[in-house]
Amino acid sequence: MSNLLWTFDIVLCGSLVWLAWQTLATADLFKATVLFIIFGLIMALAWARLDAPDIALAETAIGAGLTGALLLSGLAAISQPGTRQQSIKLDREK
Amino acid sequence: MSRLRKTELAKVGFGLIVAMIVTALGCAILALPGEESGLAGAVMLNLDQAGAKNPVTAVLLNFRGYDTLLEIAVLLLAVLGARALAVDESADDSEHFRSSINPVLIGFIRVIAPVMIIVAGYLLWVGGHAPGGAFQAGAVLASLGVLLVLADINWTQHLSDYSERILLTISLVVFLSVGLATMFNARNFLEFSPSTAKWCILLIEAVATVSIAVILLALFCCGKISNARKYHETTRGRVE
Repeated sequence: MSNLLWTFDIVLCGSLVWLAWQTLATADLFKATVLFIIFGLIMALAWARLDAPDIALAETAIGAGLTGALLLSGLAAISQPGTRQQSIKLDREK
Repeated sequence: MSRLRKTELAKVGFGLIVAMIVTALGCAILALPGEESGLAGAVMLNLDQAGAKNPVTAVLLNFRGYDTLLEIAVLLLAVLGARALAVDESADDSEHFRSSINPVLIGFIRVIAPVMIIVAGYLLWVGGHAPGGAFQAGAVLASLGVLLVLADINWTQHLSDYSERILLTISLVVFLSVGLATMFNARNFLEFSPSTAKWCILLIEAVATVSIAVILLALFCCGKISNARKYHETTRGRVE
């Protein structure tokens, strides 16, 4: 059992570092945002493993959920500059 | 050619500096004293006077209530900044977007909205003796608000700008008033008496849940909840 938990912890830490690196290194901002959300969820798992369920809850709700929505909304605002009407047209054309 | 060498040298130098910082941080962490240090023992000793059986809530709302007060003030400052930048645009031409909303999303919200409200209330109440509390409950309520914005459900039409401001600031006002009320009973600022601590904490957390939810949702809506509809239009192209 303890061996299994050790393996789980090592995989958790490894994927956290890998996700953090991918989030920073990817050129596509949309991909980076999605990776950041996944990073938040895995981070919540790590907090749960550290016996900190309070922080795990807050990380899931705020770190992964709301920040992800905020980043997506900000990304939409910066990737479609110009007036609102133009951005709507761009949306339609896609 | 020499320019290329320079950038490569700079990269190597930068890498060396980062490696040195990481090594120093690692050494500092290894040099930390073991688990027996810290204030965990003191918290556990005084837990029966704190008004909350959950040590995290006891620290956040009672022993270190001042920190939580400042956290709420910082959140309020952030939303004030966003409001200062928000453009007040009441013109509403989103009618033709209503047809493009996914009906699955609306059906999903019908099912999930009552559940999210109950979960938020449960998280608020359970914070007294188990993991939970105002921040988590507020975040769940704010996520519900984000869902409503994405589905273009206009639930803020009867919410005036004035009442929105009251919702944003009420937790800071109540927190400060409770703190001042403790001073009238010959105690320090935010030093609850053991008999009333539970109700003080519950009052502060309940009001803070509402305010935190409104503040987080207002941040998503660029500062103003009543402005929500014009911002999600640009968002939806990417979210869907």
